[in-house]
Amino acid sequence: MDTALDTLMLSRIQFAANISFHILFPTITIALCWILFFFKLRFDLTGNPVWMRAYRFWVKIFALTFALGVVSGITMSFQFGTNWPGYMEKVGNIAGPLLGYEVLTAFFLEATFLGIMLFGIKRVPSKVHTFSALMVAIGTTLSAFWILALNSWMQTPAGYEIRDGVVHATNWLEVIFNPSFPYRLMHMLLASGLTAAFFVAGLSAYRILKGDEKQAPRLALKTGLILAAILAPLQAFVGDLHGLNTFEHQPQKIAAMEGVWETEQGAPLLLFAIPDEETRSNHFAVGIPNMASLILTHETDGEIRGLNSFDGDHPPVKPLFFGFRIMVGMGLLMLATAWLGCYLLRRPAMPRAFLKFLVAMTFSGWIATLAGWYVTEVGRQPWLVTGILKTADAVTPVAPANVGLSLAMYLLVYVVLMWAYIHTLKRMAIKSVYVEEFETAEPAADGSLTNLPESHIKPNSKPGTAGGNA
Amino acid sequence: MNEVLNHSGDWLPVVFIALMGLAVLAYAILDGYDLGVGILLPMGAEDELQRDTMIASIGPFWDANETWLVLAIGLLLIAFPSAHSLILMNLYIPVAVMLIGLIMRGVAFDFRAKAAVDHKLAWDRTFKIGSLLTTLTQGYMLGQYVMGFDQSLSSQLFCAVSALGVTAAYSYIGAAWLVLKAEDQLQTRAVRWTQLAGRASLVGVVAVCAINPLVNPGVFDRWFTFPLVMFVLLIPVLCFLGFVGNDILLRRLPKAHDRHSSVPFFIVVGIFVLCFSGLGFSFFPDIVPGKLNIWEAASARESLQFILAGAVVVIPVILMYTAFSYRVFHGKATELHYH
Repeated sequence: MDTALDTLMLSRIQFAANISFHILFPTITIALCWILFFFKLRFDLTGNPVWMRAYRFWVKIFALTFALGVVSGITMSFQFGTNWPGYMEKVGNIAGPLLGYEVLTAFFLEATFLGIMLFGIKRVPSKVHTFSALMVAIGTTLSAFWILALNSWMQTPAGYEIRDGVVHATNWLEVIFNPSFPYRLMHMLLASGLTAAFFVAGLSAYRILKGDEKQAPRLALKTGLILAAILAPLQAFVGDLHGLNTFEHQPQKIAAMEGVWETEQGAPLLLFAIPDEETRSNHFAVGIPNMASLILTHETDGEIRGLNSFDGDHPPVKPLFFGFRIMVGMGLLMLATAWLGCYLLRRPAMPRAFLKFLVAMTFSGWIATLAGWYVTEVGRQPWLVTGILKTADAVTPVAPANVGLSLAMYLLVYVVLMWAYIHTLKRMAIKSVYVEEFETAEPAADGSLTNLPESHIKPNSKPGTAGGNA
Repeated sequence: MNEVLNHSGDWLPVVFIALMGLAVLAYAILDGYDLGVGILLPMGAEDELQRDTMIASIGPFWDANETWLVLAIGLLLIAFPSAHSLILMNLYIPVAVMLIGLIMRGVAFDFRAKAAVDHKLAWDRTFKIGSLLTTLTQGYMLGQYVMGFDQSLSSQLFCAVSALGVTAAYSYIGAAWLVLKAEDQLQTRAVRWTQLAGRASLVGVVAVCAINPLVNPGVFDRWFTFPLVMFVLLIPVLCFLGFVGNDILLRRLPKAHDRHSSVPFFIVVGIFVLCFSGLGFSFFPDIVPGKLNIWEAASARESLQFILAGAVVVIPVILMYTAFSYRVFHGKATELHYH
C-alpha cells in the first residue's frame, strides 16, 4: 500500500467511526424532542401531572443524548477540512451554503431554546417553556432537513454545472430538492421516530421491571408502543418508495443490495445468500422467485440491471447485501413487536416476558438506522459525489501517522463515552424507580437556575422543588 | 491597502470576512467565558458547592456559545474554501486535540449531574481538563496562524506564549463572568481570580503585540506608518487603560448592594474587542497571513449570494433570541430558591 492509500483508508475509517457514533444520538433526539413537546403540551392542556412527570424524566435523558450529539457533531464539521480538502475544493460551492443554512437556521435555534427548555422552566411562563420545546424540535428537524439535502445531493446531484473543474450551483431549488432527497428525508425522520419510540418503550419497560409502580413509565411505554405501531408500516411504505427511487437513479446500489450479478429478468428476492466478489456469484441462495422484479418494476419478469453492467464502477456487494437485510429484518421485528405490544396494552398489566423483550429492543432503532446508512453510504462508492468526485481524489495529503493518531484518540473517547452513556441511562432509570419525579405547579419568573445537582437538596426540604438537574 | 482598491467592485468577500470576524469574536467572548469558568474550577473536596454554582452559571448558555465556533468554521468553509483546507490541514493535530477537549467538557457537563455520585468528581476533572485542553490548543493555533504555520523552534515558543496568553484571557473573562453571576464567598474568590488573570492577560497581550510586528514585517509597516499610527495606536492605549481601570475597580469589589459587579465583565469584553480589532487590522485583507487574501480564497459569487440572503434574515433573529435567553437567565446563579 502506498502512502496515499493508507491515509485514505484511515481517513475513511475515521469518518465512518465519527459519523456512525454521531448519528446514534440525533436519531434519538430528532424524534424524542417531538415526544417531549407532546408530553409538555398534554400537561398544559390537561393539567394531569403524570404528563409532567413523564416529561421530567425524559427531558434529562434528552439533554444527555443531545449533548453527545452536539459534541460528536462539532467533530464532523472539522473533518471536511482536515481529512477531505478535495471535497470542499470541488463541491464547496454547494456543500458550503447547505451546511451554512444548517448552522444558521437549526443549530442556534436548538442550542438557545434548549437552554430555556432545560433550565428555564421556573423562569418563564409555562406556555413560553412549551414554545421553547417546540423550537428545539423544529431546530433538530431543520438540521436533519439541511444535512439530508446535502447527503442526497451527493447521491443524486442536480441543479449544478462544472466550470473550470469546480461545481457551481445553477438552481438552488433543484440542488436542495434533488431526486432522492424527499425519500431520504422521510425515511430518516421515520427512522428517528421508530428509534425514539423503542428507546422510550424499552427504558420505560426497564423501569417497570425494576418495580416502578408509578404511572409515568406506563404512560411513556404506551406512547412509545402506539407511536411505533403507527410509524413502522409507514416506514415500510416509504422505504419501498425510497428503494424504487434508488432503482431509478442509482441502479448499481440496488444490484448490490439484491445481489444481482448478471442482468436478469424475473429476479428472485433473496432472503439469504453469501455473495462472493471473487466468483461474482451467490452461495447458499434462498429466495422467492420473481419477487425482486415484482417489487422494483411491478412486473414479475421485469429487468434488473446486474452488477456486470457497472463493471469497476459499483460498490462492494457484501456490506450492502447484508446491511440491507439487517435493516429490513430489524424493521419487520419492530413492526411485529409494536403491534403485539399495542394488543397487549389492553391487559391491565404487561406480561413480564414481553417487557423483557422490549428492554432487549431498546436500541433496535440504532441497529436498523446504522445498517441502513451503511447501505446508502457504502452504496455510493467508489464515488464521494456520484459522477463528480471519487472518494480517493478528495483525501488529505496529511501523513498517515497523524490520521492514525487522531483516529486512535477518537476511538478511545467513543468507547468510554458509549460505556458512560449506557451506564448512566441505566442508573437514571433505576433511580427514577425510587425518586418521585416532581411536577412544577407554578413556574415563577424570578426563580434561580435550577440545574444544581440533588446533593444540594436538604433532606427536610419539600420534595419536588429542586429537580431539573438536566 | 492596494489590494482593497483593486477589488473595490468585489465586495462580497469583504462582507463575509466581516461576518466571520463577528462569529470568531462572538465565539471568543461567549465560549471564552464558559471555557474560563471551566479552567477556574476549584478541585478541592470542600469546593463542590462552588463548582456546582460555577457550572450552573454557564449551564443555559454553553451550547449556543459553542455554536459560534461551528458558524465561524462554517463561514470559513462557505466563503473561503481554499483557506479552510489550508488552515485545517496545517493544524491537523491541534484541531483533533481541541475537539477531544470540546467533547470532554461537553459531555462532562451532563454526566456530572446524572452519573453516580462517586463519579461526579471524575466528571468535574474531565470538565476542567477538557476546558484547559480546548483553550491551550486554541491559543496554540492562534500562534501558528499568526506565524504562517512555521514549525521552527522560535515560532513554537511564540505559540506556547500564545497558548498561555489565551488561557489567561479566557480565565480573565470567565472570572469576570463569575463576579457578575456569583454571590458571597464565590464572588470574593472570583474577584481575586479576575485580578490575577487580568495581570497575566496583560503580560500575554504585551508579549504577543511585541513579537508579532517583529516577526511579520508587513504588520510592523502597517502599524507604524505615519499618519495612521496616531489613530490606530488608540487601540493599545485603550486596551491598556481597560486593564488598569479594571484592576483598580476590582480592588474595591465586591461593593455593598452588589454595585458595579457587572462592570469588570464588560470591560473585559471591551478588551477582547480591541485585541481582536488589532489582530484584524494586522492582517486584513489576508485570510492566511502572507499566503492568501480573501479575494483569492473566496468561493463562487452565486454561492455567497445565496447564503448572504439567508444570513441577513437569520442573524438578526439569532441575536434576538440570544438576547431573550440572556434576559431569561439574568441575575445571580448561586442561591437556590425553593418555591
